[in-house]
Amino acid sequence: MTKYSFITLILGLLLGAIAPVIAEDDAADGNSGSFYIPEAQRRFSEAQGCVEPTDEMRANHMEYILDQRDATVHEGIRTKQYSLVECINCHVSDAPDAPRYESEKHFCNSCHTYASVSIDCFQCHADRPVKTSRFNSRPRIDSHRAGDINTTMPEQLNVSANEGTGNE
Amino acid sequence: MSEESNIDIYRRRFLSGTASAAAGLAVAPGVMLTEVANARPADQAVTSEVRWGMLIDTNKCDNGCNDCVSACNEEHNLGGFDRPATDAQWIRTVTLKDKQTGNVQTLPLLCQHCEHPPCVDVCPTGASFKREDGIVLVDKHICIGCRYCMMACPYKARSFIHEKLQDQMPYSPRGKGTVESCTFCVHRVDEGITPACVEACTAEDHNAMTFGDMNDPDSEISQQLERYSSRQIRADLDLNTGVRYRGI
Repeated sequence: MTKYSFITLILGLLLGAIAPVIAEDDAADGNSGSFYIPEAQRRFSEAQGCVEPTDEMRANHMEYILDQRDATVHEGIRTKQYSLVECINCHVSDAPDAPRYESEKHFCNSCHTYASVSIDCFQCHADRPVKTSRFNSRPRIDSHRAGDINTTMPEQLNVSANEGTGNE
Repeated sequence: MSEESNIDIYRRRFLSGTASAAAGLAVAPGVMLTEVANARPADQAVTSEVRWGMLIDTNKCDNGCNDCVSACNEEHNLGGFDRPATDAQWIRTVTLKDKQTGNVQTLPLLCQHCEHPPCVDVCPTGASFKREDGIVLVDKHICIGCRYCMMACPYKARSFIHEKLQDQMPYSPRGKGTVESCTFCVHRVDEGITPACVEACTAEDHNAMTFGDMNDPDSEISQQLERYSSRQIRADLDLNTGVRYRGI
């Protein structure tokens, strides 16, 4: 019996020593410790940080981007809600020294490094927000068929710009 | 050989004819297709109601003028590596000299956005494709960089990216190991705005380039094409190019 109680005591001590370490790991899931998620530049709406609930985006953002990619390239559908360009516009600062994709401080790479995922999006796509070209007098095509295409952002996107993190 | 390719074209026309007839039957009675064409919202797919085209009047091209080329390079950030043999080139100026008379002419040459594009025919992965509105593109997500399309193109319009790139324009993704060519500035056209080369040419008051919908009889390009004679380069190939030239 004494043997068993001794083993229990040792186990208890070991667990007591390990528990704070586990707790620290849990705390690191937020913006503390070595795992750092940069803040978004604005919120999608007052109710919601990102274009879908944050949990959904964390799990399935790649599916949204993949669907949008085919629609845009092949069918010319240019809605902005799931566009990769808009992800970058929101999640990466337009400061000249904003981190590039290779940096762990880049929004996408901060998590991909943690999850050990390597992606090739940014071999081709810009990893910084929109730049405009010099050719922006934007002359309309004369054809009446070209029409006026509404590519403005959803209104709620601008409601609370530069407020909140969009990460909660 | 030419007979064979004619047969191919007849087949294509027959097949597309039957397809559009089937589509016509599928439309519910009373629905007006013409109304749909007036404006295309951002969430609607492009349709073959529109065919984008460009008319280039080479008589208005100044010898030595390079504005369209530099506009393209700037719009798409095609900065090269000072290696002219391999640097990307979406539009280039070609000089023609008549050996008998000594007359020299320059003209811009870009992807001709063919109705029957050879690059699409040969692509092994389906990366090279033609949009419903006639714009020929490369889906770089699918491109494996085999460069078969570059060999198939009679206009030498495509480039291959040999080196790692950085600072691409957000609207114009480009990357090592893929083939690319003129997109007719599809990101601008989708917003109803003319391509950058046309904007630059017009801004300099050369007005040598006209861009518009060749299916719309009222568009400027259709009216000019109707009024004046124009040519396709290598019209003998029956590709029905989307870029037409006057004065050559």
